[in-house]
Amino acid sequence: MLSFFTRQRIRGGVHAEEHKTETAAQPIVHDFPLPKKLYIPLQQHVGKPAEPLIRVGDHVLKGQLLAYSQGMISAPVHAPSSGIILDVNDYPAPHPSALPIRTIVLETDGKEEWLEIHPVEDPFQLSPEDISLRVGAAGIVGLGGATFPTAVKLNMGRENHIDTLIINGAECEPYLSCDDRLMQERAEQIIDGVRLMLHGMETEHAVVAIEDNKPQAFLAMQTAAASHAHIDVIQIPTRYPMGWDRQLIRYVTGKEVPVGSRSSEIGVTIHNVGTAYATHKAIRHGQPLLSRVVTVAGGAVKRPMNVEVPLGTLISELFNFCEVNADETARIIMGGPMMGDSLPHIGLPTVKATSGILALTQAELKDSDEKPCIRCASCVTVCPAGLRPLDMANNIRVNQLDAAVDIGLKDCISCGCCSYICPSNIPLVQYFKYASGEVMARQQAAHKSEQTKRLIDDRNARMERIAQQQREEELARIAAKAERERLKAEQEATV
Amino acid sequence: MIPHLKPTSGAHVGAKSSVSQIMWQVMLAISPATVFGIWCFGWPALNLFVITIVSAVGFEAFCIRLQGRVAIPVIMDGSALLTGWLLAMTLPPWAPWWIGVVGSGLAIVLGKQVYGGLGQNLFNPAMLARVALLISFPIEMTTWANVSPLFFSDSPGLFESWHITFAGLENLDATTGATTLGYVKTEFSQNRLLTDILKDYSGFLNFIGWTRGSMGETSSLLLGLGGVWLIRQGVIQWHIPVSLLFMVAFLASIFHIMDSEHYISPLLHLNSGAIMCVAFFIATDYVTSPNTKTGQMVFGAGCGLLIFVIRTWGAYPEGAGFAVLLMNSATPLIDHYIRPRIYGRDRKGKPLEIPKS
Amino acid sequence: MYVLSAIVSLTLLGLFLGLLLGIAAKYLKVESSPIIDELESLLPGSQCGQCGFPGCRPAAEALADGKAPATICPPGGSALAEQIAALLGLDLDLSEVKEPELLVARVSEDTCTGCTRCFKVCPTDAIVGAPKQIHAVVADACIGCKKCVEVCPTECLQMHPIEVTIRNWRWNKPSVPEVSSAVC
Repeated sequence: MLSFFTRQRIRGGVHAEEHKTETAAQPIVHDFPLPKKLYIPLQQHVGKPAEPLIRVGDHVLKGQLLAYSQGMISAPVHAPSSGIILDVNDYPAPHPSALPIRTIVLETDGKEEWLEIHPVEDPFQLSPEDISLRVGAAGIVGLGGATFPTAVKLNMGRENHIDTLIINGAECEPYLSCDDRLMQERAEQIIDGVRLMLHGMETEHAVVAIEDNKPQAFLAMQTAAASHAHIDVIQIPTRYPMGWDRQLIRYVTGKEVPVGSRSSEIGVTIHNVGTAYATHKAIRHGQPLLSRVVTVAGGAVKRPMNVEVPLGTLISELFNFCEVNADETARIIMGGPMMGDSLPHIGLPTVKATSGILALTQAELKDSDEKPCIRCASCVTVCPAGLRPLDMANNIRVNQLDAAVDIGLKDCISCGCCSYICPSNIPLVQYFKYASGEVMARQQAAHKSEQTKRLIDDRNARMERIAQQQREEELARIAAKAERERLKAEQEATV
Repeated sequence: MIPHLKPTSGAHVGAKSSVSQIMWQVMLAISPATVFGIWCFGWPALNLFVITIVSAVGFEAFCIRLQGRVAIPVIMDGSALLTGWLLAMTLPPWAPWWIGVVGSGLAIVLGKQVYGGLGQNLFNPAMLARVALLISFPIEMTTWANVSPLFFSDSPGLFESWHITFAGLENLDATTGATTLGYVKTEFSQNRLLTDILKDYSGFLNFIGWTRGSMGETSSLLLGLGGVWLIRQGVIQWHIPVSLLFMVAFLASIFHIMDSEHYISPLLHLNSGAIMCVAFFIATDYVTSPNTKTGQMVFGAGCGLLIFVIRTWGAYPEGAGFAVLLMNSATPLIDHYIRPRIYGRDRKGKPLEIPKS
Repeated sequence: MYVLSAIVSLTLLGLFLGLLLGIAAKYLKVESSPIIDELESLLPGSQCGQCGFPGCRPAAEALADGKAPATICPPGGSALAEQIAALLGLDLDLSEVKEPELLVARVSEDTCTGCTRCFKVCPTDAIVGAPKQIHAVVADACIGCKKCVEVCPTECLQMHPIEVTIRNWRWNKPSVPEVSSAVC
């Protein structure tokens, strides 16, 4: 009835060259040789880092809890293989800065001895709360890259009464095909994971959304979901960033998530297909999250593939296995080429968020030769969030960060569409990331100076109080002395 | 081991388009109309075309050198070439050489570089130069050569053309005349009626460009084809041309229906003067037009309105240049008020409300 | 007669307008802004002296007189500079200003004797410890005033730049490739 006023379902976006066929056509590789050492960061998720409960020298079994989650939003970390703990210390993080982060180093013994695990016969007999607990204990986080602890999301789903669970199988980033392969090969298990999630959130309906450039994955998922009427598998147009959760929510449900709210507040929750698969493994088989499928691709990779690796595997070992040509590699990227960040070297571990590692050649990269902006407004056209990147970048260039915030800097999702399309090769996203960091730093500085002032006032008040006390004591002493002398004088007088 | 690299943010891959590629595509789109125009008006037109373009590039190089930068890479982006080309298209084909040089100087130096170069200018450089020339040199800028194609016996030869370009035109009455719009305007002032004035008018010849006018503006057909190709290539959006042409046609229809003897028909409006060239290639200039689709529609409609008003009631027979400049100055305002809605916010920028279920 | 009426009417007009002005001055009175107090309340108030003035009050006076730039206060950083510029209505070009490298004090545990002198002078109570025990600096509360360094008898306190960690790492601003603002 009000169809005139319904919002358009897809806004902005680009269609980049996909480069997916090479890796999407061959099965996931499972014979990755177990690395001698695994570097397992204590923070592989949004929230507080996990707290280690092992000591250096301990022998651990595969699947054993290494560090427990602390606080409301956190996730535990498990041993991806059996072996001995070599160190718990600071090691470079898989982050564009490669700055150190607390990491457990595990020397594997090659025996792959499992901890005793307890599969569940009929998980639908478990209470929804129990599902959340088990998912949380398995260390499962959003495997699409957001790494938000899944158990927290399931709990929020129960609290907010979710109408629709969306399973994100868009995988809109070029090059990446790990979700595609997972859906092709393990559709049954994913659908089972979806059913478990539905049970855990007490939700009736799920929609699996797959971009229409993955017909085989769609077919496999559709077949797997055929006997479950409450799970729909749909095809969605191939247009980056279709996998942006809010874009997908709008496309599937027609609803828009207000700024500053969570999707669960409008009755929708979104999970990645990889997360659904991990949930299946955690509940049915009692296996915590120990490994993930990583796409290794790019022009410098001789054997591009999807490979299942234990968490904590160094990228250098992955690159050896996939025969990456170091001379041709112009840039190493963690994640996809649109939103991923460059890594400074390959001595960094793969973590729960690592959906892909790309080694791109110079020819594949966008030109870095920056030209003046010609106001072509392509960036305005492609922005899925409805921002004006050119104006924001102009403000940031002259350090008018407040003006940039006023026109929507905080609503930028760093999807990279504007940088991708810009004919002048302006690094727009980097401007926005810089400005966001700077705005945050200034807020912190302002906060600190407030704190400082409070501390100084407290100190001054204390000093004043002490001085006052001393004065009073002094006065009291003088008074007492005077009193004593008066008494003495009186006594003398009487005597 | 792969060496240490400085942190770089996405997107790491990019669309295969560049500033110079966009400029070359526009030049390709206007070349049929230009070639046809040069053929129609012969050697003097070619002389003027070459002089205008060369001086535009020369002025650009001069300004870049003044800034202490290397000129060659900046020239290679093609923007100065395009500005000179567009300016040449809007000049009377047999204008003397210095019109081209002064025009290029105005366009590049005053129209573009004083604002800070590519992307910074408020007004379209070619239109700024054209209007400045029209006001400063009204005689030269309204002397329209008859159609006298290359290699025809009546047309001026190569040597004669140098005389026309460098020494000026003699025997004006024999070789020049008025444009359709100019003719209509003068005859209206003689109190003649439209049917009478347009006895000899041929819509078809005007459509293909066989008529007096600026060098590259006469052929509605070729300009229209070039424009449609640019839209298909995704270089320009349809919003500005369509809203501009529609606005002119709409207003012209209303007035023509009300009084067909004193208001020219919409077809004649669309088929004459600079309107096709302006709609597809001038008003769509990225730098000086709004950023949003809605803003572009407003901009185009505003241009159309002003063109119609100036043509119908103004002192000049053609108002496209003025219209574009006026709307250029309104572009920042349009961009300020017409913004895209941010995801999850309403038009005013407040977060959306959570619907009560 | 005309002259008289002109004089009378103009006088009355003058009186009436004067009355209006008087009323306006009374009811629409703008509180005179005690600019120095306001400036002083913006400044950290730690009297650290890094600006070159003997304290925050003299610095505020210098700012109010226009004798000091808005970027005067190193601990306040660019956030404070922007607030000062907004208050004084100054044009602030932060692109020219290098963010000063912030330093924090750190205690070298080998030489600290636990003499408590440093934490007595610390304006923000950023140093914790007890007599005869090794002291420690709370980096988040340290404002880099160096007062503790001056009083330390064993030189065990030293200033160090704030460590860049993965939590406070930030993206650099992309460098602008060529001058685009030069005038022809």
